[in-house]
Amino acid sequence: MLTAHSLDDIVAAVRNAHAAHAPLRIRGAGSKDFYGGLLAGEVLDVSAHRGIVAYEPTELYITAKCGTPLAEIEAALAEKGQMLAFEPPHFSGANAGSASATVGGCVAAGLSGPRRQQAGAVRDFVLGVKLVDGTGQTLNFGGQVMKNVAGYDVSRVIAGSLGTLGVIAEVTLKVLPRPVAETTLVFDCDAAEVIRKLNDWGGQPLPISASFWHDGQLWLRLSGARAAVEAATGKLVGNSTVNPEKHWNSIREQTHPAFAASPLWRFALPSTAPCPELEGLRAIEWGGALRWYVGEVDGDHAAMRAAAASLGGHAVLYRAPESLRCREGAFAPLPPALLALHRRLKKAFDPAGILNPGRLYAEF
Amino acid sequence: MVNMVQNNNIGIRVDPATLEQRLRLFLPAHCLLLGEESLRPYECDGLTAYRELPLAVCLPETEAQVIDILRTCHSLGVPVVARGAGTGLSGGAMPHAHGVVLSLARFNKILRVDRTARIAVVQPGVRNLAVSEAAAPFGLYYAPDPSSQIACTLGGNVAENSGGVHCLKYGLTVHNVLRICVVSIEGEVFEIGSEAPDAAGYDLLALMIGSEGMLGVVTEVTVKLVPKPELAQVVMASFADVAQAGDAVAAIIGAGIIPAGLEMMDKAATAAVEPFVKAGYDMNAEAILLCESDGTPEEVAEEIARVTEVLNAAGASDIRVSQSEAERLRFWAGRKAAFPAVGRITPDYYCMDGTIPRKRLAEMLSSIAAMETKYGLRCANVFHAGDGNLHPLIMYDASKPGDWERAEAFGAEILELSVALGGSITGEHGVGIEKINQMCVQYATPEIEAFHRVKAAFDESGLLNPGKAVPSLHRCAEYGRMHVHHGDVKFPELERF
Repeated sequence: MLTAHSLDDIVAAVRNAHAAHAPLRIRGAGSKDFYGGLLAGEVLDVSAHRGIVAYEPTELYITAKCGTPLAEIEAALAEKGQMLAFEPPHFSGANAGSASATVGGCVAAGLSGPRRQQAGAVRDFVLGVKLVDGTGQTLNFGGQVMKNVAGYDVSRVIAGSLGTLGVIAEVTLKVLPRPVAETTLVFDCDAAEVIRKLNDWGGQPLPISASFWHDGQLWLRLSGARAAVEAATGKLVGNSTVNPEKHWNSIREQTHPAFAASPLWRFALPSTAPCPELEGLRAIEWGGALRWYVGEVDGDHAAMRAAAASLGGHAVLYRAPESLRCREGAFAPLPPALLALHRRLKKAFDPAGILNPGRLYAEF
Repeated sequence: MVNMVQNNNIGIRVDPATLEQRLRLFLPAHCLLLGEESLRPYECDGLTAYRELPLAVCLPETEAQVIDILRTCHSLGVPVVARGAGTGLSGGAMPHAHGVVLSLARFNKILRVDRTARIAVVQPGVRNLAVSEAAAPFGLYYAPDPSSQIACTLGGNVAENSGGVHCLKYGLTVHNVLRICVVSIEGEVFEIGSEAPDAAGYDLLALMIGSEGMLGVVTEVTVKLVPKPELAQVVMASFADVAQAGDAVAAIIGAGIIPAGLEMMDKAATAAVEPFVKAGYDMNAEAILLCESDGTPEEVAEEIARVTEVLNAAGASDIRVSQSEAERLRFWAGRKAAFPAVGRITPDYYCMDGTIPRKRLAEMLSSIAAMETKYGLRCANVFHAGDGNLHPLIMYDASKPGDWERAEAFGAEILELSVALGGSITGEHGVGIEKINQMCVQYATPEIEAFHRVKAAFDESGLLNPGKAVPSLHRCAEYGRMHVHHGDVKFPELERF
């Protein structure tokens, strides 16, 4: 295992690996090791390259080195009444020991939490990255300002690229104020009704910041100005609940029993898509656009993918044994022309193909 | 004053007759413009200082024709410049002298507005405002609202990642487009993004949006529609000092408020606007702020009260809150008419687009004041204050020898100061041909090289909009040398590069 304590360490490790054509497996806390395909190559641990570089609450950005724990960033933001609005999951619970999910891993994985339906995804908040490409070159894309259309928007592409285009050495994220008021309502309804309801509400100016359905119950979170939350609460007529923060945290971190299933499939669909003719629906989130299914280890995986595709979406084999993810591919296969484009882009940043090979797609 | 722009390294020059013959094989006569008289209207976009006549203008009506045009140009080695309404302000749609302009003007259909899914599927030639108009019966609208929204098209918005006065709260084009169909220079069709969240693979949508027609030609766009807020109200505050106004902006954000719009105009801008629009601006103020709040009536009342409190504490000399929709629109009318209003008091103006960290605003404005003296030209400043995007309007007279050159040098200095202050040379207008030299200031060689590799991954032939958006390293080297050798920046004719 290689340990990087600084940008220079990262550069040196990548240069050596590039020269030797030796794959590297970039790792922060390892909290998302379960996600994606193959974990191949020598581990390059970047968790020691950490620390908040700049945080300007009135400029709405924070810049941090890749190994900075998400928890540290969120604590700094909370002190100023701000937050990462995409509510990223940490997935570093008790089992991960002391390791805490890092901001570099958060951006590389590109996973957003419950608030995504209102605030947007990780990529919507990436303002800039310092990237070490597959040749060991340090590249700065984007910056710290909200608007910047000079050059291709490479920094947003890095979100969700699972380390295959470069090592994120530092990242700048847009931050937002925490909502003044928040409340949670609970409704009894079935899956078909929940799709209808959520889309109906989505077309109205309601401050819905999260939705979660499981086992006949819909949980709805309202966030915003006090008056807006109160008005919406009056309009929607749901049941109130105690300790909703704990509930939403269990959704965000997937410690809720709905997610205790394997293999767990993540269906991203148009929010209005009807429920496919599949067994095993576990949960619905994001206003109907995200649905979780439990499959079978020796089930018809192609049928799962086909069901999602036929509704205009795609299915990810999210939590499953590594052997299964490597065999089936974690992510929906790309059409040939698009796959070829991905390979060319990969080559543009990592010509030797040494960074996290196979983690996103087996082909690169 | 017309600047002839370098032809970049596309070596082959096609015989125009061969090109015409090949295009006529599949393009009906009314889809092909040839000859100087027909081509003249296409010689420039909204940045009229740069002009060039193309060999031909194609006005395809079907995706199949777009594919055929691109394949033909690819096989003949002919540059292709895609064009929407031509309202861009950075010369991104300026033609190539040995190339074809591919106008998407006839791709002007709204294919679908889905009320329940809150999306619209449109062709790229559809005007920005037309999308909101089509969505209005459902209580929905398309959020990005560039000031040219009555004319500019969605295809152009995608190419430039357009913003507008409401993007602080509602985001830029990149935050509001879900999916596009793209044709590559080789005539291959890609569907990028999806109506479902987080499309599989790399986020190519983020790469395509703002790529200034360098990576592919967009033939279809799916956008997100959002519910129209029940009410909007605007607070107008006067300040005796621009630094104080800048601090007030930071104080609003610091108080945890993200207004729907947060704009600033300096005294030169209000002086130009007021006689034209009669918006009721405080003519004694050094700067005025417009801060819009939207949402439910209760929500707006709550936010307006908080904003007013913050503005008072920040030392505003006068605060007015719009009391009716008519008054709100009047307050905004001046801001929205700032460009034409400045156009009334000067023969020509040159609009800049740098972004800076908000806290550096006072510094930037005092530097601009010094540059007015240095270059002997006046400048009015309008500012998307909430997101740090400054639009200095440099006034000049193109008929006076040397005026344009001074305006251009003035602009270049503002952009380079934007970078030095930690910002960017362009917030929403794009690099185009206009800011190609300043790209060399914002980015170092390794990033410029990376951009060229990205370009090659999409367009190995380099035929899509050559010479725009990303400078050649040779050009940057020349520009750097010029800076060293001439302390007082002087921009010679571009062909010498």
